[in-house]
Amino acid sequence: MALTKLQLIDVHKSFGDIPVLQGIDLSVAEGEMVCLIGSSGSGKSTLLRCINLLEPIDNGQIVYNSQEISEPGLNPQPIRQKIGLVFQSFNLFPHMSALENVTLAPRRVLRQPKEQLFNNATELFTKFGLEDRMNHYPDQLSGGQQQRVAIIRALAMNPQIMLFDEVTSALDPELIEEVLDVLRQLKRQGMTMILATHEIGFAREAADTVCMLDQGRIIEKAAPDKLFSNPEEPRTREFLSSVLKN
Amino acid sequence: MKSRSATRVAFEKKQKRKGVAIATLSTLLVLSALVVLVPQAPGWTKVKNSFFNGDILVSTFPSLLKAFTLDIAIFLWSLPAIAILGLLIALCRDQKSAVMFPLRMFGILYTDIFRGVPVILTIFLIGFGVPGLGLPRPWNSPYIWGTLALVLTYSAYVAEVIRSGIESVHESQRAAGHSLGLSHGDTMRYIVLPQALRRVVPANMNMLVALQKDVALLSFIGPVEILRQAGVHKSLLANFTPYVGAAIIFLAITIPATRYADYLLAKQHRERS
Repeated sequence: MALTKLQLIDVHKSFGDIPVLQGIDLSVAEGEMVCLIGSSGSGKSTLLRCINLLEPIDNGQIVYNSQEISEPGLNPQPIRQKIGLVFQSFNLFPHMSALENVTLAPRRVLRQPKEQLFNNATELFTKFGLEDRMNHYPDQLSGGQQQRVAIIRALAMNPQIMLFDEVTSALDPELIEEVLDVLRQLKRQGMTMILATHEIGFAREAADTVCMLDQGRIIEKAAPDKLFSNPEEPRTREFLSSVLKN
Repeated sequence: MKSRSATRVAFEKKQKRKGVAIATLSTLLVLSALVVLVPQAPGWTKVKNSFFNGDILVSTFPSLLKAFTLDIAIFLWSLPAIAILGLLIALCRDQKSAVMFPLRMFGILYTDIFRGVPVILTIFLIGFGVPGLGLPRPWNSPYIWGTLALVLTYSAYVAEVIRSGIESVHESQRAAGHSLGLSHGDTMRYIVLPQALRRVVPANMNMLVALQKDVALLSFIGPVEILRQAGVHKSLLANFTPYVGAAIIFLAITIPATRYADYLLAKQHRERS
């Protein structure tokens, strides 16, 4: 049995009076790829933001490598270095080149020396086929390239877990595949990943586990074959049929 | 037969010619009315003599220019002080955590007070008040304390401009910084501020133009800068022409600066749209 990398225990989160997460239990093993599916507002993004400690949770526990990271007052910075987050809207820093976007955090947080910074970054850019785009600014890159730079930026911190928040939703259909390829590559390398996604085809092909979220709860959790071919919950069936229609 | 596009071009040309003709005609009409009508006023000869006296303008202009160098000096050394203080106050106001409440409160009070009091009043209060403490030379100079008053007032305005820039940077940029493990300070310094400051350059150019003019307010508390110098000439010659000379000198600086600010603003609009 693989090591448990991340465990969520009865996680609750509300924004004001609106409950967004209502008791999430989930455990993610090392090297596992978990896909979160569900309609907009089901809590997928909020869950990822909570794991990255961008949002404090109201109740429950988040345990990373057997350390509780949801403890109030805990300094979130060292944890965030280990848990990378990639956003739907890329969120690259527009005033910095792709290379500067990638090296900022390793330089300021990990205090890597210049040479190492450059070598690590070049290696990552080359690996994902962007070595000729390193000195471009975000507005000179296509959406797919921007999102790949954003992924490289997160990877440059050597994270143990990567979170992807609908990273292909803002992309033109023909650019989606180049980003999915990056995810496949990471999966092959054994990265532990949690994805919120609407790419049902990709989830079916690449995920180890798929969780169906509805109103802040995981209503169904299974291997992709099982969940997509033979969902138990009526809500899952309803969601899948509406998604697959398009 | 002409092609459609040729007809369209010809039509647009005609429209343009018509527009230029109307504009020229109306401008000429207004100008000639002014030239003809104003001298008809009963006091025109007197006004012309005391405000637009060519000889006096020429004879006082060099000393006005010389006095203007003091304006420029005050302007130049208050600039960095305003920039630094404005930035610090803006950062104070941006503090969100409970521990930093006093800093935020200070920022709010500061901007409220110094934007709420007329500049000239601040200059009087500080420029006369502090030297009244009986400080030793050179610390009793109204020149220093008057400039400080300008710095305090303008940094309050600049702080608000910078704060608007900080708030215009989308929250997702901070989230991206934090998600990478960057501290609040680093996120502000490397991600938010560079974008914020770039966005407020045109607004700050306008502050610069305003400051350049307001330096003349120090004339009320002592330093012989251009307005004061013009006042001296006025008293000696019993003629207001030196004031017109001073106005010309100010315009020579402020008009290009304003145009440049407009240019920056227009450029920014183009880049963002």
